[in-house]
Amino acid sequence: MSLETTMNSDTILKVEHLSMKFGGLMAINDFSFEAKRGEITALIGPNGAGKTTVFNCITGFYKPTMGMIVLNQKAGKQYLLERLPDFEITKHAKVARTFQNIRLFSGLTVLENLLVAQHNKLMVASGFTVLGLLGFPTYRKAAKEAIELAKHWLEKADLIDRADDPAGDLSYGAQRRLEIARAMCTGPELLCLDEPAAGLNPRESAALNTLLRSIRADTGTSLLLIEHDMSVVMEISDHVVVLEYGQKISDGTPDHVKNDPKVIAAYLGVEDDEVEDVISEVESLEGGVN
Amino acid sequence: MEYFIQQLVNGLTLGSIYGMIAIGYTMVYGIIGMINFAHGDIFMLGGFAALIVFLILTGLFAGIPVVVALLIMLIVAMLMAGLWNWTIEKVAYRPLRGSFRLAPLITAIGMSIALSNFIQVTQGPRNKPIPPLVSSVYNVFGISISLKQIIIILITVVLLSVFWYIVHRTPLGRAQRATEQDRKMAALLGVDVDRTISVTFVMGAALAAVAGTMYLMYYGVVVFTDGFIPGVKAFTAAVLGGIGSLPGAVLGGLLIGLIESLWSAYFTIAYKDVATFSILAIVLIFKPSGILGRPEVEKV
Amino acid sequence: MTNITSRHEGAAGDLTARALREALYAGLISLGLFVLFVGLKSDQNIRNELILVPRWGLLAIFVVIAMVGRFLMIAYLQPFLASQKVVNAATGMLPDSMASRFFRLPFFIAAVVVSAVMIAAARGLPDNIAAYATIIRGLAIIYSLACLFYMFRIFITTHFTVLAVAALVLYPIVIVAIFGAQGSLKWVDNFGIQILIYVMLAWGLNIVVGLAGLLDLGYVAFYAVGAYSYALLSSTFGLSFWVLLPMAGILAAFWGMILGFPVLRLRGDYLAIVTLAFGEIIRLVLLNWAEVTNGAAGISGVAKASVFGIWSFDVSAPNNFAKAFGLPMSSAYYKIFLFYLILALALLTAFVTVRLRRMPIGRAWEALREDEIACRSLGINTVTTKLTAFAIGAMFGGFAGSFFAARQGFVSPESFVFLESAVILAIVVLGGMGSLVGIAVAAAVMVGGTEILRELEFLKHIFGPDFTPELYRMLLFGIAMVVVMVWKPRGFVGSREPTAFLHERKAVSGSFTKEGHG
Repeated sequence: MSLETTMNSDTILKVEHLSMKFGGLMAINDFSFEAKRGEITALIGPNGAGKTTVFNCITGFYKPTMGMIVLNQKAGKQYLLERLPDFEITKHAKVARTFQNIRLFSGLTVLENLLVAQHNKLMVASGFTVLGLLGFPTYRKAAKEAIELAKHWLEKADLIDRADDPAGDLSYGAQRRLEIARAMCTGPELLCLDEPAAGLNPRESAALNTLLRSIRADTGTSLLLIEHDMSVVMEISDHVVVLEYGQKISDGTPDHVKNDPKVIAAYLGVEDDEVEDVISEVESLEGGVN
Repeated sequence: MEYFIQQLVNGLTLGSIYGMIAIGYTMVYGIIGMINFAHGDIFMLGGFAALIVFLILTGLFAGIPVVVALLIMLIVAMLMAGLWNWTIEKVAYRPLRGSFRLAPLITAIGMSIALSNFIQVTQGPRNKPIPPLVSSVYNVFGISISLKQIIIILITVVLLSVFWYIVHRTPLGRAQRATEQDRKMAALLGVDVDRTISVTFVMGAALAAVAGTMYLMYYGVVVFTDGFIPGVKAFTAAVLGGIGSLPGAVLGGLLIGLIESLWSAYFTIAYKDVATFSILAIVLIFKPSGILGRPEVEKV
Repeated sequence: MTNITSRHEGAAGDLTARALREALYAGLISLGLFVLFVGLKSDQNIRNELILVPRWGLLAIFVVIAMVGRFLMIAYLQPFLASQKVVNAATGMLPDSMASRFFRLPFFIAAVVVSAVMIAAARGLPDNIAAYATIIRGLAIIYSLACLFYMFRIFITTHFTVLAVAALVLYPIVIVAIFGAQGSLKWVDNFGIQILIYVMLAWGLNIVVGLAGLLDLGYVAFYAVGAYSYALLSSTFGLSFWVLLPMAGILAAFWGMILGFPVLRLRGDYLAIVTLAFGEIIRLVLLNWAEVTNGAAGISGVAKASVFGIWSFDVSAPNNFAKAFGLPMSSAYYKIFLFYLILALALLTAFVTVRLRRMPIGRAWEALREDEIACRSLGINTVTTKLTAFAIGAMFGGFAGSFFAARQGFVSPESFVFLESAVILAIVVLGGMGSLVGIAVAAAVMVGGTEILRELEFLKHIFGPDFTPELYRMLLFGIAMVVVMVWKPRGFVGSREPTAFLHERKAVSGSFTKEGHG
């Protein structure tokens, strides 16, 4: 298979003809899109459109019924994500994710949460536990570095003061930020965020935007996010893909998508036959402005 | 062929007993999500209650008709086991409801140890044999069916019908099913959750006591350790049928009974428990939701 | 003013009435519970027929105890506890004010004097009175020890590990000094070794249950694998304990992986039941595979352990320990050696557990207990993580098993019943999952407490010669399990010690930690 020819090097993720069937229900139907390296791509759509299912397919928690998901690393290595087990997607393909309903290790401290995320690196440094158990210095050094990296992300996420508290003790917004920091500790090239702004107040939401922007700026990590909060989507994303009933209805820049009549119809819940009316209405409006 | 059908009848009898115990497991698991490890010992306790009542009856009224004696034994054993399980639930399980998930399991294991040793201390460690209550055997097409087996299967059918009626056609049953679905919501809608759970324990115990009485009648002997193996097998039956499902528990009980008697008939009897435990392991590994259970979906 | 007092009196009257009513209910319920089982005893007569022996007196005692207990609880204990809370809220006193009232220096001195007097006075008294004296002495000693612990509680809790290890190392020496070589046997063997075996087993199981959150009800299988490996290999190939100890551990770990593999997908209670089934299968195979295991009769004459092959404890051996040092022959040396051996093995388990917790694998175990899906999203291979937990937990079970075989000199399937698994799991949960100290305390209390019943033979002078306190061992064990769980659902030590910290090490409250989903 000549993947190289089909893929541009500035594309990090390419989803092609993705379909997912649950029993008789077609949750995703022939869905294709691309995410560019270093960009923030948003996946939006009404409730039940299949956004989280797409995420679960990308991160390996579901195996798609059909389709191909290609991840293109900076160094040129390519992975077919639909063929990898979930943990290897993070370990080798360098894709990290967060969850819609936060999944922290609530009984571990904030710092420990970030150390768990560096498991694979530390595992090698500890000689798969054997050398570490015998007290070899390589592990001690690696452990120190791991704490330094954790510290770096704690500062970024504004959680440094809470480092020694149990993760379950944090406020909702802080838990969201911790989950992102934890995902970043795996050193991902692509970070998938499932509704990072859900349940946040405007101030927390703004802080989140800053965090996400600085992740992209400082590490060059590409971001893929599902979001309902349009202010977040429109403000930070470079590229928006709209999903409805498991199918792509729009794809483009935030401005393009915002004015797409199909999107408006999907969000406002217009009957199918009325879509035409909306389109003509929008067109006439645009004509009027021009 | 006759031998095979003979084993089927034996298996069905045994399976009826397991099925009746299994219902207690499955109901309690369904309603509060806990493995009531002490349930097997409630079964044993029911057997002992029946034994003591039998001794009282034969001591006081020598010529009492068997039917009357059996009926009194059943009723007293059901009351006794119901009272015990009600008390245990109130004292040991209720304070732990909604706490740490392992705590009720450990409490139930402790209760199981305490109950079997209570009987050992108060009634002695030896086997308790009784003379056969009913001994008629009928011969149908070359297959011998004893009256005991007929009684056991009949009582099982009658009790299960009553039970099915209670769960599906009465307000109590509705309350039980509601509590099973969502305890908090049921409480908000005015279901007395504590009482419903208590009643569930009492009902499960009563069925276990019937099983205990039948067990005593069938084998003619009971001992304080009798709670464990039948208990684990009944639990296996509940899991095999799909835990939480009442018809599943009965089906699982019958299957376990059949497997056990057929295995003993055609293979080595020494490994019959190994066969049962292996089936438990295999079913759980390949179809954790059992035959009639609802599959649990992992939500990400 | 009069109004208030009268209302107060009214409340008191209500309370008494309520207490009386509740006591009546308790009496009726206990009458119902016990009338058949305590009131009547089924017994075999000379012709082997079952007859009933009435025990109405005993039944009456049960009912009266239930009534009085319930009455006191409603009328005094509950209001007292309630008022205690109020006082604490008002004065800001910590909840240990009860303890500070109960443990006072004058009381302590009185208790010490009483126990001294009782020891001195016990000689020359008639048996039944001496028995009462023994009870009082025992209670006084327990109280004074508790007092001492309370007075030095801060010192003890901060230096617990050092103090506990030092006490354990000195224990056999002190016992031999007090009771002599022969008299020490019981204390070193029944208390020391017995408790330490359970401590080690519980620490091993703690890796699986406490850290990785995998509920294992068949742990005793690995103990059996270790014991039978040692017994079979030493009798067949004549290999020594020191060769077979690691081998038994490896074999058990191997079995841990084999049994762990099929159950990887199972969660929670299902995992518990399948592991229970595996444990029973292994026991039943040991019981029925008579050609190899000698079935129910078991394997006897298992070789003793030696001091690294230098000194032996076989009476006939030329390098016998006692002969080599010119000491009088006694089995006490072997027991003391075994005590130090199991102490070393248990400490090894603790050391490895503490080390592992600070390593990626240990953190992954704890993360697995908290949230398996999140683990997978972080690139952790949950399959190998679970299998290593099973294997390492099983390995320690295997070590303990081969030690057990060397200590008993005899193995049979009888020693590996489900009850043992339940006891070990109970110790882990009662101690507080994950906490080594809590588990050790739980093992000492639960195993030591039931062993003490063997020492209560003197009670025969009070309750008559038929009274065998040992019979109540498991009954009390079961009741204690229930009581401790209801009182402290998260065990003695509910909090968790973090494995790394930035600013300060703060214990994580038990309300945050999860118990795993299998």
